[in-house]
Amino acid sequence: MNIEIKLQVQDLNARYAQAIDDNRLEAWPDFFTEQGRYRVTTAENFERDLPLGLIYATSRAMLRDRVRSLRDANVYEAQRYRHIVGSPLIAEGEGAAVEAQTSFIIARIMHTGETALFATGRYHDRVVLDGGEARFAEKVVILDSRLIDTLLAIPL
Amino acid sequence: MTIPIASRSWPAEGLTRVPYWVYSDRDIYEEEQARIFRGATWNFLCLEAELPGPNSYRRSSLGAMPVVITRDKDGKLNAFENRCAHRGSLLVLNESGTARDIICVYHNWSYDLCGNLTGVAFRKGLGGKGGMPADCRPENHGPRKLRLATLGGLIFGTLSADTPPLEQYLGDEIVARIRRVMRAPVKLLGSYSQTLPSNWKLYMENVKDSYHASLLHTFFTTFRLNRLSQKGGIVVSSSGGHHVSYSLAADSGGREYEQAGMRAAQEGFGLEAPGLLEAVDEFGDGIGLQILSVFPTFVLQQTRNSLAVRRLVPQGLDQTELVWTCFGFETDDDEMTERRLRQANLIGPAGYISMEDGAAPGFVQRAVTTAPDLLSVVEMGGASVASEDNRVTEAAVRGFWKAYREQMGI
Repeated sequence: MNIEIKLQVQDLNARYAQAIDDNRLEAWPDFFTEQGRYRVTTAENFERDLPLGLIYATSRAMLRDRVRSLRDANVYEAQRYRHIVGSPLIAEGEGAAVEAQTSFIIARIMHTGETALFATGRYHDRVVLDGGEARFAEKVVILDSRLIDTLLAIPL
Repeated sequence: MTIPIASRSWPAEGLTRVPYWVYSDRDIYEEEQARIFRGATWNFLCLEAELPGPNSYRRSSLGAMPVVITRDKDGKLNAFENRCAHRGSLLVLNESGTARDIICVYHNWSYDLCGNLTGVAFRKGLGGKGGMPADCRPENHGPRKLRLATLGGLIFGTLSADTPPLEQYLGDEIVARIRRVMRAPVKLLGSYSQTLPSNWKLYMENVKDSYHASLLHTFFTTFRLNRLSQKGGIVVSSSGGHHVSYSLAADSGGREYEQAGMRAAQEGFGLEAPGLLEAVDEFGDGIGLQILSVFPTFVLQQTRNSLAVRRLVPQGLDQTELVWTCFGFETDDDEMTERRLRQANLIGPAGYISMEDGAAPGFVQRAVTTAPDLLSVVEMGGASVASEDNRVTEAAVRGFWKAYREQMGI
């Protein structure tokens, strides 16, 4: 195993999670390549090969649109996440890409003080070195449960 | 707070007022289960496409009551209560699957796919000892069977013998608008669900409330995609309980959002990737949005090319599960499927124009639980419960309460 690649993916995951947890959503699209894909789905859909996502984007521009909508358009109560991201399991991908699978759990902290386990699942990522920087060419968020509490605003 | 339903009376103003105790009284919740969900109403159970072949089953519910829907070996649809005749255990635990018969895990009592009891383990005892008395008829305690009716691939069920035939229950206008969408064999795209922190009725009111759409959901106006001139209206069935809210896409080519989006983007507003909204006029009538509801808890949604059925499962006074199943048609090509998936960003718990609907009913629930004797005001568009050619009205909300009061006898 190439320990350097593993560390690069681990570092990418850590920076990704911290940006979201620190409410720096404007930085979120930059973790993806220009044509990067992002999809949030459920294990049920994934296992049955059903393509539906809760969120589905095929470019950084679409991710930027989502951030702007969350900032300026959508109405939801103040909340934040805390991601705990596991150690990535690395497999060689096509060409220069690396396939990584990583477990996560996310707690949601509401402005009322209520803290609850909000989501668990795994990331199926395709990571590429893009201008010296590791970025997601694809990130599929596979939720263990099909059930979302109330709404899903902030990306996972 | 709980007051016997017989001593409850509706405000003198009629349908323009809704007393808040309807959302917070436990007796009312239990009465609804009996009088509405197990009463003379048709409840959406699932799509026919969710029972793909012979010997398949799927769980669903009639209000809070768990039910099983099956397609038996001859392809016939059946539905019955998910409850064993013996000790009342759930019969089917998996969400869906295939089986020739259904066997209760608790004591291995077995049933055919029509819900008939076919076997009782050790009925005659073992070695002449134990077993059930010869005159005991456990068959008489079997799970209650539902009557079923289908329309355009949608399966509805009812427990009551008094429910009128489905098409009569819906009325011609609603039937026509269901058929408009359900025009070809369905291809499932996937599903998900969300827990709403509110009474089931608050979500149904939200669905029927065409007045809130451009006010609570500011996605379209923020990105300058909204057309106030968009023609539309609502249809309220004669029972009041079913409705359709619709609006026309501004041009039949279906590209006005994209073009408006690009214009706004050049001015520094708008979407960077307006292709999200690129749509085709697949029904050929220029209608870009059709939200249809059937009393008590079914929603059929066409948002541009994003199609979905939604089903509500009451899980208590102030908690409801909302199940979404998105679909296209078997005739869709890859491009059409991709379009539906992209536009699914508009809907569901993370949807640009629907995420607020997960929370708004909960905002009401949290505020009115401590105001049971106060009233909400439902006077947009006057007191009418009739169809209108505009959407700045609460006529369909009043229609819901008309049907509700009829079923509940209050």
